[in-house]
Amino acid sequence: MSNQYSLSPAQIERLKSGARREKLHRMISYFSPLLLLLLWEISSQSGLIDRRFFPPPSSIAGTAWQMTASLEIFDHIWATVQRVAIGYVLGAAPGILLGLILGLSTPIRRVLGPIFAALYPVPKIAILPLILLIFGVGDASKYVIIAIGVFFLMFYNTLGGVMQIPQIYLDVARNAGASRYQTFRHIALPSALPNIFTGLKLAAGSSYIIIAAAEFLGARSGVGFMIWASWQTFAVSRMFVGIVVISAMGYFTILLLEALERKFVPWAKH
Amino acid sequence: MTVQPEQISRDGSVPVSAPAIEVTNLVKAFYDTSGDRITLAAADVNFTVRRGEFVCIVGPSGCGKTTVLRIVAGLEQATDGQVKIGSAASPAMVFQEASVLPWLTVAQNVAFPLKLKGVPANEQRARVSELLALTGLTDFADARPHQLSGGMKQRVSVARALVDNRDILLMDEPFGALDEQTRLVLQQELLRIWERTGKTVIFITHSVDEALTLADRVLVMSPRPGTIVADLAVPFERPRDVVELRRDKRFWDLTYEVWRLLAVSPEH
Repeated sequence: MSNQYSLSPAQIERLKSGARREKLHRMISYFSPLLLLLLWEISSQSGLIDRRFFPPPSSIAGTAWQMTASLEIFDHIWATVQRVAIGYVLGAAPGILLGLILGLSTPIRRVLGPIFAALYPVPKIAILPLILLIFGVGDASKYVIIAIGVFFLMFYNTLGGVMQIPQIYLDVARNAGASRYQTFRHIALPSALPNIFTGLKLAAGSSYIIIAAAEFLGARSGVGFMIWASWQTFAVSRMFVGIVVISAMGYFTILLLEALERKFVPWAKH
Repeated sequence: MTVQPEQISRDGSVPVSAPAIEVTNLVKAFYDTSGDRITLAAADVNFTVRRGEFVCIVGPSGCGKTTVLRIVAGLEQATDGQVKIGSAASPAMVFQEASVLPWLTVAQNVAFPLKLKGVPANEQRARVSELLALTGLTDFADARPHQLSGGMKQRVSVARALVDNRDILLMDEPFGALDEQTRLVLQQELLRIWERTGKTVIFITHSVDEALTLADRVLVMSPRPGTIVADLAVPFERPRDVVELRRDKRFWDLTYEVWRLLAVSPEH
């Protein structure tokens, strides 16, 4: 840089205000779902929609407050969170690993690929009774059913990511003398990372779908159980609290994953 | 047939005059199973490159020049023929497209071959900063590839190919995607670096200008199936100035000669 030009304070300010605007937009995107709640409140209060089935959010909030004050809600949240977290990790780790391995090795992909392809279309909920039979009605069956659902999403997203690695990156590694493991660790894994994060987000969403269904059927705790029990007693407000809570859990999980993505995939656009 | 770099050098019995690269009767064909067709990419390619020599290969698109280079690099197998590398280390390669790894910073990209070899971190740092300085990238050490221009990315590729100090440098149209001005700047810098490091270089290009600017010798390839149709010595003294070179009448005479060879190469 031979030019002796320096930016004026006004120019610097313009640069910084762009960055601040970006930050503001990110904040707004966190809160946009609140708009939907407002619309609901108005519709319910004005009788536009049936209060028995759709009580206004303010009355649901009252119920939520009681459940919070009695700490009851936290037991359910904790039961669900730990089931999802354990099942998620149990499914994601082998899913990512096998996705990387099958993506890099054509022979292994030819042998094992069709097996996974045949198993993937089985609806996870359809095998829940079988899982309950094998693993019992305790938490183990919940871990397993979530792990199965998460596994396939992670496996296919990782595999897709590895298959898309530009040949040139593999050539670079080979020319630099990379071993098979080094190619795996330093090329395949980082190349597939954006797809892995896509998979992690999809898997988080489907984990909550699966846990809700699993807790309907065979559980004595958890947010899914709470929703099912409320249906049986026609406690519609409680049911909505459950729906909101489990949605919020999914939402915050995705936010967490997006934060991790920004940290671990800084080269990709978000 | 494979490239066997150790074959003639590890035991120390290499005569000093032995060529750095010797390609003999190289043939490369591809078999297309769906059409049951065989495509001949390179047919009977022969050439040698002396130690410290800068050789350019020019030829029309699709003549197989990149294939030949990839075989010399050990990235592809020849169908027949021999490649002898007179060096302990396999050749380093600078690729055609953007080959800078997007998940690493500039410094990490340059350090990549050292990291794979398990070179201690402090040695890596010292060597990398040396190369960043050599390639004019010191201010961009912590930048990410997506923040760099095409020319900057190719500087990173060059630095990475030089970092582990291998004797032979293979360059596959490294400046092909760059604008003319950036190209001239990088050609000048490449010459400066080459003069300083004394590498043996094979540089593939389809630009006659570029070949004459850089090379000691220009090999002209025919259209597919490619073979070497001419081997021209480039007489300009070193160090060269890429702009001043264009005032030399011999530059234009040679340009004319190469173009004539490229134009009359028989179509197969």
